[in-house]
Amino acid sequence: MKAKRPPLSKWGKAGIAILSIHLAIAIIGPFFAPTDPGEILTFIAFAQPGEEGTLLGTDYLGRDLLSRLLYGAGLTIALAAVTTAVGFVLGVVVGFYAAEAGGRIDTLIFRVVDVVISFPPILLALVIIVGLGSSIPVLIVTVGIIQAPRVARIARAVAMDIGTQEFVEAARARGEKIWSILIREIWPNSLLPLAAEFGLRLAYAVLLLAALSFLGLGIQPPLADWGALVRENMAGLYYGGWSIIIPALSIASLVVGINLFVDSLLAQANRDVSREMLQ
Amino acid sequence: MIILIVRRLLIGLLTLWAASVLVYVGTELLPGDSATVILGQEKTPEAVAALRAKLGLDKPAPVRYFNWLTGLLQGEMGNSLVSGKPVADVISGWVKNTFILAGFTALIAVPLSLFLGMLSAAFPNSLLDRSISITSLMVVSVPEFLTASILVLLIAVNLQWLPATSHLTANATAAATFKALIMPMATLTIASLAYMTRMTRAAILDVLRSPYVEMAVLKGVPRGRIILLHALPNALGPIVNVVALVLGYLVSGVVVVEAVFAYPGMGRLLLDSVGLRDFPMVQALAVLFCGFYIAINLLADILAMLTNPKIGEEG
Repeated sequence: MKAKRPPLSKWGKAGIAILSIHLAIAIIGPFFAPTDPGEILTFIAFAQPGEEGTLLGTDYLGRDLLSRLLYGAGLTIALAAVTTAVGFVLGVVVGFYAAEAGGRIDTLIFRVVDVVISFPPILLALVIIVGLGSSIPVLIVTVGIIQAPRVARIARAVAMDIGTQEFVEAARARGEKIWSILIREIWPNSLLPLAAEFGLRLAYAVLLLAALSFLGLGIQPPLADWGALVRENMAGLYYGGWSIIIPALSIASLVVGINLFVDSLLAQANRDVSREMLQ
Repeated sequence: MIILIVRRLLIGLLTLWAASVLVYVGTELLPGDSATVILGQEKTPEAVAALRAKLGLDKPAPVRYFNWLTGLLQGEMGNSLVSGKPVADVISGWVKNTFILAGFTALIAVPLSLFLGMLSAAFPNSLLDRSISITSLMVVSVPEFLTASILVLLIAVNLQWLPATSHLTANATAAATFKALIMPMATLTIASLAYMTRMTRAAILDVLRSPYVEMAVLKGVPRGRIILLHALPNALGPIVNVVALVLGYLVSGVVVVEAVFAYPGMGRLLLDSVGLRDFPMVQALAVLFCGFYIAINLLADILAMLTNPKIGEEG
């Protein structure tokens, strides 16, 4: 049985359009970059958009901001997607298993989940990154650990909800194994709420990774995601600030796109973006 | 009921303990230790070994953790490696500044967002509701450093009303403190306002869908009265939860905002101490941050238990 797909609102469609533009930039953007992202174009730092033969101006070293932005898009989006995927898979497996196993196993798993959720995310990231040093694998694991328990909580609730339906009861009565019930009965019927959860977590990952890069704990030079572009150009705030506003707006528009889409999915389930972004 | 609250308190303590272990392990993994940091240039192997013995760093890690934890429980957090003064003395002023920032933000954002959320819920799907909804969704999606940068560009750079960074000394006048507060506070208020307005709206709409509200509507009770007298009291539990979530957000939010404005609070001190490898400071501040966050969540859960009679019956 397939759940009828509810139509997306016009805002939801706008969200998909914004997201598609970002994805296109991430994939083909580097081919259109006027210069190499590391190339020092001019000695004039923080040139305004349009000056020095650039479209968006230069950064604190006189590099072309547009090129750095186009090259940074892939890293920003890919890192957020990978960290979210790690947290999502882990969270869904744990949450589903706890829901179907029930009893002591469920209680034990969710004690651990509650403890991990009780850490302020940015502090948890800070402590891990300070200990291990910042690198892409460390960032993936860190953000994955922050996301997984939050996904697990939703996945468990979704699985428990579906678990009360007759076709699942029937599968249990047939003596199906727990993994078979989870994969064949529960998973196909939880795609919509879980898709919304994935989107939410993606938006969350983009913002968390941007904050970490901004604080100097995320992506390290010479690589630069959009958050790192904001950080390295902070001195430019007094020279017009375009080199900060443009990458920061790129991050914001990416998250707006994701959230518009997610919001129109969640509206049908009586859930709200803001609440789940804070949890 | 009491059993439930005690159980929740115990879980809170367990979490706090887990936080202390994690913070300790995290800082232990850092290259170098207090002895090498203190000695700096003069670190001959003999001097390092002697100082390690003096500071108790030659003992195995679990023993050192235990000593640190017992010290922490007695308010003894060691000395800052940079200034040499006791950690508690160094951080108290900075902690106070963060409390002022977060406190004033909450004072402005909580009532305002409750009002906006209720207004939005009172006229669902009206133009007002839709504009509040979509604006807050956009704001929720914006990283704090963008809001902060726009504020600095507008207020400090273009209008030159305020300085861009919050220079604040320990014994600043009230006027100076207020000036330093405005922009960090505005940044945090804008974000928390958006989160809370949306959540309040959702909580009230949820209650408005219940049968007793439908009954009141059928009886012909005016809409304003329904929201204030029927919906609001029943949405209290969820709203307490909303406030707690936002206070929790502020614990994380201050770190970024203090970094942008160089506001002298706990978050900036923590980042500076990480950079300076000042282990006792990092440990103390990280545990404090986690402690506040855990305490807020704990309080919210207990209040939720007290405001929800259903939980009492089950317990």
